[in-house]
This record gives sequence, C-alpha cells and structure tokens, in this order.
Amino acid sequence: MELEYPDDLKYLESHEYARLDGEIATIGISAFAVDQLGDIVFLELPDLSDAVEKGEKFGTIESVKAVEDLNSPVTGTVIEVNTPLIDAPEQIVDDPYGDGWLIKVRVDDASDLDDTLNASEYQAQVEGE
Amino acid sequence: MTEFSGWEMPVQFVGITHEHHAVRTGAGMFDISHMGKFRLSGPAVLESLQRLVPSDLSRLQPGQAQYTVLLNPTGGIIDDLIFYYQGVDSAGVQQWVAIVNAATTQKDKAWMVEHLAADITLQDCSTDAALIAVQGPQAVAKLQTLVQEDLTEVPVFGHLQGQVLGQPAFLARTGYTGEDGFEVMLAPEVAIAVWRSLLELGVVPCGLGCRDTLRLDAAMALYGQDIDETTTPLEAGLGWLVHLADKGDFIGRSRLDEQKATGVERRLVGLQMQGRNIARHGYPVLAEGQVIGEVTSGTLSPTLGVAIALAYVPVAYSKVGQTVDVEIRGKTYPATIVKKPFYRRQK
Repeated sequence: MELEYPDDLKYLESHEYARLDGEIATIGISAFAVDQLGDIVFLELPDLSDAVEKGEKFGTIESVKAVEDLNSPVTGTVIEVNTPLIDAPEQIVDDPYGDGWLIKVRVDDASDLDDTLNASEYQAQVEGE
Repeated sequence: MTEFSGWEMPVQFVGITHEHHAVRTGAGMFDISHMGKFRLSGPAVLESLQRLVPSDLSRLQPGQAQYTVLLNPTGGIIDDLIFYYQGVDSAGVQQWVAIVNAATTQKDKAWMVEHLAADITLQDCSTDAALIAVQGPQAVAKLQTLVQEDLTEVPVFGHLQGQVLGQPAFLARTGYTGEDGFEVMLAPEVAIAVWRSLLELGVVPCGLGCRDTLRLDAAMALYGQDIDETTTPLEAGLGWLVHLADKGDFIGRSRLDEQKATGVERRLVGLQMQGRNIARHGYPVLAEGQVIGEVTSGTLSPTLGVAIALAYVPVAYSKVGQTVDVEIRGKTYPATIVKKPFYRRQK
C-alpha cells in the first residue's frame, strides 16, 4: 500500500504532523508511523488546557509490540482532545490525517514550524529508513 | 523483520492482531527453525537426563514427551525445553529429541555435553533441520491432508516419525500458543514445500509478534524474560513439572527441596490491569507505595481485550484477587492478580 503525506502538513522526524490553520495546530501522527507501529492498542493524551512544548512529549501511543512517545511540533495550549479515539485507538489507522487527529493546540508562535519538514522532505526521510 | 538470537525473523506478515485471531479461531503457521534441535542417542540417555531436570523422565513411554527445565546447581533455570522419547532400537540404543530455545542453544549444548555420560551422542541439528509449528483449532485437519499417519491418534505431547508430502518428518503435538496443533521438524527444502502447501490450504503465516501475545494469553513462560538462571521452577509456577518425590538426586535439587520445605519467597503471578494502560517488561509492581516486584511480560491480549501481564511478587501479595499497582511512565495504575492461564482453549 502506498502511504500518503499530504502537502498541507508539517512533519517532525519523530513522525508527528501539524496542520496549521490560523493560530490552531491540529496534531497527529503520519501514515508511516501508523504503518510501522502496527495494531494500535493504547493512547494517552494531555487534558484540555494543558500546556505543550515544542520538541517535548505530550502523550504516548502503544501498539501490541511497542511504546512510543508523542512529541509536540509546537508550543501552546491544548484546546481540543480527540477523546473518542482514546477509547478506540485502533481507529487511527483508518484516517490518520482526518478523524485520527490527536490534539488541537493554540500555538504561541507559528514560527515553531519553520524548522519542521515539508511533505517531500519527510517522505524522503521515511523512504530512506 | 527483526534480529532474534542471530536469526532474521518476521515480527508480522499482515498484522499481529490478525495473525493472533487466525490461530485462536482457525489455523496459523510459524517458521520456528531458529529453535535449537538436538538428537540424543546412547545406551542410557534417560539415566543421564534424570540428573539434569527436576521432572521424572522415566515416566515417558516411547512416543511421549515432557516439557521441563535444565537447572543450575542453585536451582536456577538454564533453559526450558521439551524432551521427546522415541524409544530403544534393536541394538539397545535409546533415541531422544530435545527442542530448546534459540538464544540458549549453545549454552544448553555445552551443559549437556559436560554432564551427559561419555557414551551418549549429541547431534546438533539446529541448522540442518527446519521446524514449522501449525497451530489452531483447524491446524490438525489442515496438516492431516499432507500427512500419511492419522494425526488425530496422536495425543497431546505425543509424537511420531512420519511422512509429510511423502518425505520423512518428526511430528509432535506440542506448541507455544495455547491451541491444538503440531510442531514439525523436517529437511529445509521439504519445509518450503510444506509451507507453500499449507498456505494454499488457507493456513495463515504468523510472525514472532503474535507468537508472543498467544503464549502470554496461555501464561507460558518466555525464557530470558519470565524465567532465567536466577528464577527457580517453583517460583515460576512450574511446580507441576517438579517431581521431587519420584526422583533421585539431580542438579539443583537441594535448592528445590529447601524451597519446598520453607516455601518460596516470590511467585510469578498473572496480572490483569483494571484500565487500558498496558504493563510491560521491567515495569515496577507496587503495594502501599513500595516497590514489591517487577513485570516480566505484558501486552494487550487480543483474545481478551484487556491488558495482561506476568510479574514476580512476594508470596504475601500473590493470592488471586489481590490488588497491586503497576508503575507506568511515572504514574501508578491498579491491577488485579488473576488465575493463570489468562486464556484456556475449549476442548
């Protein structure tokens, strides 16, 4: 299966993405990460109004075989959490860039995303792995 | 693919959960050729082996097998393995097969060669023979179509030298999944043909990932994780293979006698997490805020839909129904001691 990397997203080397819309960033994990993790069985996300920090862990994702940290691409405040996904984390695989988003963050400084990867850079990185 | 004891092994073919369910509900197959395989022959193999294990192997009739452990002098487990007794040939020579863990093959071989009588031959077939496990409620029926002998006649832990696709094979009704099935030892080129035939019959290829979730459902120990040279079979819940009353001396016996007399201090128990958080290998187990033990294996059981784990805890906390805490990434979450195995197949 060909994995997709939408052009309107910014990516971290650690496989999280951010979609910036005004001052709100929607954060999730890439199709590559979902594919590598395999069956996802557990998700731990921050609470509403929690602060997240660029490059720092904001949650945890587990598959049957592995535990991985979720790192934030931006600094800001959590304004929405995809809580239905916590009870059914296996559904991330269906639509990681859509219904499989994890948190929405009000971004303190949009320039946080300046040093992240664009879609083609990210794709080049993961296909080299 | 992943590196495992020097072998390149598939973690999964399609997905761990998919493969897990295939074995629980239909039939799956594993290439477990990485496992160590020895053939032992000699006039008195039994008498020598009796010195190495806490199980009474003299109970075995030809065609029977015993899951057991090799013990060091302090009762620690050098390896867990299965001894298959094939019988005595016309020259009075006993024939045995041993299948051992991949990572411990060289260690086991050295230990056996050192302790077996000089007139016993140990032939290491580890890299000459392939091993395929076919497991699941439909495994025997699927495999039967390739085999001449009547497999339904073979009891659990029974085995025979037969033919698969017309080629010689050693077939044993054993496994590491908690399901019915066979493990088949055969020549590598035959193994490829057998694998392809089973694939055509709809047997699902399975990787190491679901092998781990399946064995954990069945609360079967993983060597190097749940048991090792510092754990005794009595601590590990393997008391059923320790036959102290029926046996003479064996290496490690004095420690087991002592533990039997005074009781063990810790026990390997089954844990079920009360929430969704998954306890994993190495996580601390706590009671009243104090660390009392450690998780040795843990996963989300695809069969049961709950997080299960094995952990060593002091005997005082080992009773079924007892609540303990597991520390996961700096926070504690409640877990209940439950009966092992977590899953038992319907017969």
